[in-house]
Amino acid sequence: MEFAELIKTPRADNVVLHRPFYPAVEGTLCLTGHHLILSSRRQDNAEELWLLHSNIDSIEKRFVGSLGTIIIKCKDLRIIQLDIPGMEECLNIASSIEALSTLDSVTLMYPFFYRPMFEVVEDGWHSFLPEREFELLSSVTNEWRLSYVNKEFSVCPSYPPAVTVPKSIDDEALRRVATFRHGGRFPVLSYYHKKNGMVMMRSSQPLTGTNGRRCKEDSALINATLRAGKRGYIIDTRSLNVAQQARAKGGGFEQEVQYPQWRRIHKSVERYNILQESLIKLVEACNDQSHNMDRWLSKLEASNWLTHIKEILTAACLAAQCIDREGASVLVHGTEGTDSTLQITSLAQIILDPRCRTIRGFEALVEREWLQAGHPFQQRCAQSAYSNSKQKWESPVFFLFLDCVWQILRQFPCSFEFNEHFLIMLFEHAYASQFGTFLGNNESDRCKLKLPQKTMSLWSWVNRPQELSKFKNPLFEANSLVIWPSVAPQSLQLWEGVFLRWNRSSKFLDEAYEEMNNIIEYNKELQAKVNALRRQLAELETDDGMQESS
Amino acid sequence: MEHITTPKVENVKLLDRYTNRKPANGTLYLTATHLIYVDASAEVRKETWILHHHIATVEKLPLTTSGCPLLIHCKNFRVAHFVIGHERDCHEVYTSLLKLSQPVKPEELYAFSYNPKMPKDNREIGWKLIDLKVDYQRMGIPNDFWEITDANKDYEVCNTYPPEIVVPKAANKATVLGSSKFRSRGRIPVLSYLYKENNAAICRCSQPLSGFSARCLEDEQMLQAIRQANPGSPFMYVVDTRPKLNAMANRAAGKGYENEDNYDNIRFKFIGIENIHVMRSSLQKLLEVCETKSPSMSDFLTGLENSGWLRHIKAVMDAGVFLAKAVKEEKASVLVHCSDGWDRTAQVCSLASLLLDPFYRTFKGLMVLIEKEWIAMGHKFSHRCGHLDGDLKEVSPVFTQFTECVWQLMQQFPCAFEFNERFLLEIHDHVYSCQFGNFLGTCHREREALKIFEKTHSLWPFLLQKKQEFRNPLYKGFTAYKELKPNTLPFSFQFWCGMYNRFDKGMHPKQCVLDHLLNSMSQKMKLEDNATDLENKLPFLDGPLPDEVCSLSKIVNASVESSKTPMLNTPQDYESEPPALLTNGAIVEEVDIMPDQDQKNKENFANHHDLPDLNSTMEVIESDAKKEKLQHQ
Repeated sequence: MEFAELIKTPRADNVVLHRPFYPAVEGTLCLTGHHLILSSRRQDNAEELWLLHSNIDSIEKRFVGSLGTIIIKCKDLRIIQLDIPGMEECLNIASSIEALSTLDSVTLMYPFFYRPMFEVVEDGWHSFLPEREFELLSSVTNEWRLSYVNKEFSVCPSYPPAVTVPKSIDDEALRRVATFRHGGRFPVLSYYHKKNGMVMMRSSQPLTGTNGRRCKEDSALINATLRAGKRGYIIDTRSLNVAQQARAKGGGFEQEVQYPQWRRIHKSVERYNILQESLIKLVEACNDQSHNMDRWLSKLEASNWLTHIKEILTAACLAAQCIDREGASVLVHGTEGTDSTLQITSLAQIILDPRCRTIRGFEALVEREWLQAGHPFQQRCAQSAYSNSKQKWESPVFFLFLDCVWQILRQFPCSFEFNEHFLIMLFEHAYASQFGTFLGNNESDRCKLKLPQKTMSLWSWVNRPQELSKFKNPLFEANSLVIWPSVAPQSLQLWEGVFLRWNRSSKFLDEAYEEMNNIIEYNKELQAKVNALRRQLAELETDDGMQESS
Repeated sequence: MEHITTPKVENVKLLDRYTNRKPANGTLYLTATHLIYVDASAEVRKETWILHHHIATVEKLPLTTSGCPLLIHCKNFRVAHFVIGHERDCHEVYTSLLKLSQPVKPEELYAFSYNPKMPKDNREIGWKLIDLKVDYQRMGIPNDFWEITDANKDYEVCNTYPPEIVVPKAANKATVLGSSKFRSRGRIPVLSYLYKENNAAICRCSQPLSGFSARCLEDEQMLQAIRQANPGSPFMYVVDTRPKLNAMANRAAGKGYENEDNYDNIRFKFIGIENIHVMRSSLQKLLEVCETKSPSMSDFLTGLENSGWLRHIKAVMDAGVFLAKAVKEEKASVLVHCSDGWDRTAQVCSLASLLLDPFYRTFKGLMVLIEKEWIAMGHKFSHRCGHLDGDLKEVSPVFTQFTECVWQLMQQFPCAFEFNERFLLEIHDHVYSCQFGNFLGTCHREREALKIFEKTHSLWPFLLQKKQEFRNPLYKGFTAYKELKPNTLPFSFQFWCGMYNRFDKGMHPKQCVLDHLLNSMSQKMKLEDNATDLENKLPFLDGPLPDEVCSLSKIVNASVESSKTPMLNTPQDYESEPPALLTNGAIVEEVDIMPDQDQKNKENFANHHDLPDLNSTMEVIESDAKKEKLQHQ
């Protein structure tokens, strides 16, 4: 298919662009296969707008006489308006945008066409291979092995080819466990807590069904992670009720009789469309500036977004608490083990592991616990807050995770190497990007699409020093401690940087950030100066000493 | 001291409201001024001092197995929950505290016994630190239109105004006196702030005694004089900060508001800020929400909404913004009043000044502003803060709301204020502490009668001594921002956890950016000294100072270029070079108690109060499991 077929009117003049914080500007609108571009006739001939079609969440059309207006709502929550003279042009453009922003085929997406204008120093597709991660693990323990049982994606379609499992469990046993777990997602290692050797594993629900089907190998697998005489915890991200109901559909949970060494805790975390609706309501509340105080607070409350944040953080704290405080190993799962499970395991690692609070460590975490772990990004991030589709699979699961990280960052502002902009950048790229990183639903998809060969990795771009400098937190000082966030409502806030980004100017907050940066940078310069002077003095003193002694 | 029957009680537990952690066990002491609790179970001696004046309520709760609970609510929003072993001890502490926290006579207030052991001269100098005349001079007063008059030197015009007031030059004594007869409690229109650049003024007064139809020529002349003192504008605003309904109700009592027909060229406007009773109950509701044990997000947000607190804060802010806009953008003078003109009027006028004039965003400026618009103009601190045993219906968080408005502005403009949040909290503490004379009584006349200038100390010099810890490291200076135009959409207002949950440390960010930056500031000074020292030493060793060393950026560039400095700008660099820094950025010399990492870790954990208690969760699960078994059978 040629994009040209979809573009009936590639160009329109005298289009007026309205967008947040800028005065309206008139210019020429161009449609390309992947972008919507508006350039004004200002002297510098600057592009006023360069918008990826895949960033468009929904569009609305309005007509007053022959003047058409298209309102474009973006996945990054921005809303822009284009006034286009001529009804036909406007209709053509609108239908083109609609078609181009909802392309069916992944291979038509921009990442397959994007040619980077920067030099690739490090290919991000190879930055976080499971082998690399396993090497790190092997340096502290030899109780685990890297299994390639899923090499052909035949045992578990949503797992990567290589997974870390207890050394004592062979591939045959893994195959059997896979048949006992939803979607074949058998328990694998998620995190090893160096401090006490305890581990966090994740999986999907066991397929016990109503007649209490069991699997020897399954209990053997997870028991292999327990120290002699020690108990472990299973954190089920569903309520007991939901977990019980799952049995009717062939799912279920670990029964005490079959897993006597494990205690099960149900910590309910919402999923799917409930989260999507929550996002839609929250963004609606943030965008409506006519609210009075009461209405705003009541809408904020009714969106339940912060309730979800609190739930997820509480569950993550619980997992971290079991590992660090109780000295116990943990298995986390919900139903599929691709959504709430990953929120919990990844946030627990942020709490426990200082490495995950560095830029590179966080990237590794996103790779390991989200991309390779098979969070279906393509489905979940197909639409954002302005979608009207009632698809069940769209859900801001990863977005909520980023918000939770922001909440912890706010409570521990000196413990993270990255700043808020880094999280916002990840949010944007998860929904629309020139890079291939978040395409596909799992490693199998990515392999079939040949993403590493055909697209550029987000990490290749981010990890260049020029880009990194924007994402570095000036307050960062490595903190090797476990960081326990407070989940009291008073401690959790609306993530202004994302939700109010287009609704209020951040000029004065940006200035404050700049000022803070200056203070810290100046001190670093001073320190360097003092060091240099000291060295100079020391050199002179030794010179003098030598002269005297000679 | 006669109220203290039991000065010391041992084996007293202090419960933490939010954790199931083992409560502290220690000794409770009662002194003439403070309740002191010494935690004996802690590894480090931990003391909690509660000023008797800060105690709002003391409650004895029903006896429990562990003892007799005593619940203390403080005016600075501390909540202390003690459990005392013996009922009799508890009762004695309770009765003592009831008396100690509600002094009857002003002489019993702390300020009259507080003795910081300083020469008498210093006290006098302290009281002279803030001179309102200097502030009027700063505005260019006296000038062609305004004068400082001593018309009120014997409180002949108004007994709740200070002796010296600023009125239009065109208003003669007869006008002033005549107008005073037509204004509630004689609180005539006087100048609050003059915006020098365009001569627009903010004036304040109380409501007119207009009833349904009464008029007063002198009052009309007074307003005309104010309007004409701003020749650039053909009209002036008269702003009644009350809800219209309240103002109308007042007419029946012979009070009310200005009739636009009777005054030349005024534009009359209501701004609905609620009265002191509504505010008191709103705060009460807010505090209940803050105190709820492990509320859900929904409980909290619904409670916050139902309290109406942020709605009221927004109303005050909106009013301040309206005034500032009228003065700055419309170049029109504004006369503001409410009923008596000492609550809402004080809030709104001081907020508008703060928005218009960067001076009021400095240490000195905020002190002047509070002295001028609150203390001098007769905000009844004594009644509003309940300093003495008295009418509880007079108590209202009017000043707290002003403090919060300043804080909300600091959130929106982090670089515009010389001081930080702690400065606001410290002032707020002292408004209630009665440790200094500034906030005693209800007006200037009363303070004179109490001889506070001879017998007590002023707060401001004490605050200035602690300037280092109260400064805002991000402050960009006096000239960086002129007037502030805050966003007043509802989402711009935040819940002030640092005030209303101030003593629940577990809720606050665990690392404090302010501390970090304050450390950076002091470190900066040390490094600068270091550098100067070293620079001075160098030439002695090796002749004249090499040029490169003079300029900071040059030396940095040079060292980077020559790359002789590995580890440049790395944390290691910080650790290996004096002044030695701890990993948290604190400078060693300044750290008295540095908990070891494990201790700190425990703290982090313990503070994490909302973390579900694992064992109780277990119980639930186990009982669920049992039920399940039963179902199976």
